[in-house]
Amino acid sequence: MKKEEIRVAVLRIEGTNCEQESFDAFARLGVKPEFVHLKRLLGIDCTKEECRDIFDYHCLMIPGGFSAGDYVRAGAIFAARMKSMLKDKLAEYVKEGYPIIGVCNGFQVLIELGLLPGIDEVISEYPKACLMTNDSNRFECRPTLLKHENNGNCVFTGKIKKGEIRLIPSAHTEGKLMFPIDEQKRYVKMLEENDQIVFKYVNPKGEYAGYPWNPNGSVSNIAGICNLEGNVFGMMPHPERVFYRHQHPDWTRTGKLDEPGDGRDVFESVVEHLIKRF
Amino acid sequence: MFEAKVTIGLKKGITDPEGATTLKSLHLLGFDTVKEVRSQKTFLIKMDENDEKKARKKVEEMCQKLLTNPVIHSYTVDMKRV
Repeated sequence: MKKEEIRVAVLRIEGTNCEQESFDAFARLGVKPEFVHLKRLLGIDCTKEECRDIFDYHCLMIPGGFSAGDYVRAGAIFAARMKSMLKDKLAEYVKEGYPIIGVCNGFQVLIELGLLPGIDEVISEYPKACLMTNDSNRFECRPTLLKHENNGNCVFTGKIKKGEIRLIPSAHTEGKLMFPIDEQKRYVKMLEENDQIVFKYVNPKGEYAGYPWNPNGSVSNIAGICNLEGNVFGMMPHPERVFYRHQHPDWTRTGKLDEPGDGRDVFESVVEHLIKRF
Repeated sequence: MFEAKVTIGLKKGITDPEGATTLKSLHLLGFDTVKEVRSQKTFLIKMDENDEKKARKKVEEMCQKLLTNPVIHSYTVDMKRV
């Protein structure tokens, strides 16, 4: 597939607010992103011309924000609406190998949808994990350091070497990844064995450290995970906010102004993957 | 018509940051006998149903499909005819 042919849907509902940066990240790479309100996929309150099918796109992105005002739980309403009519289609989409990325609120949606962690089934009936309120009970908003832990399973980080540390900003109140309390160790072990852990929070030395390096108290410092097949990926920090080097807080000091920002590879990796795969 | 009162709380063993923050503030306000605060959320749901058993079953389904995340939440349901 040629780069210009790749179509990406940046999904929105009321309260989504990171769609522009997400759209821009794809557009700058030369692929064709499109803002798609969820109702256009569900065929509700829109004309025939406005209706879309998820298979019109080669990649879906659920951007950050406060979808539906975070009512009930962060991401729960977005997920419930998607699941109501698109569950089987989404499962098919994922099985076909099309990539889906959820950032911040989008990660919360993927967890609530049951698409992540996606260990033993593509989409689970009920959530198998939770992104719970940060241990600090605050909105944690600052640059965070992420160590890339993946061995090549995740299609969104193919261009990042294992062990590399990237600065990607976090901005969330509900980012503490949890599994059923008495099974947390078992879940983390399974994720490790399946190569589903993608990013972990670290300190500047690259060590797994507690607060404030881990902004939320996430189990095993996990910041991002993918499903078993590696084509559904969710992370709390925002790669679309560090597309360019001048978006880094230290851009005047490092002399790296011409280099890309630390988040750009997430988008480049998936575009490269799509070109090769389809 | 039935009204279901769904009360959702965190499972035992799961830390409750909202409860902990509230506890701290209550102590600051001088309520020093307060030992623990746990936060809960309540939904009141009116349903056009005649059979309590059926209505309750539907509420349970609502809890599983949207109102709670089974990983962290536990809930109770009280049914009242209105």
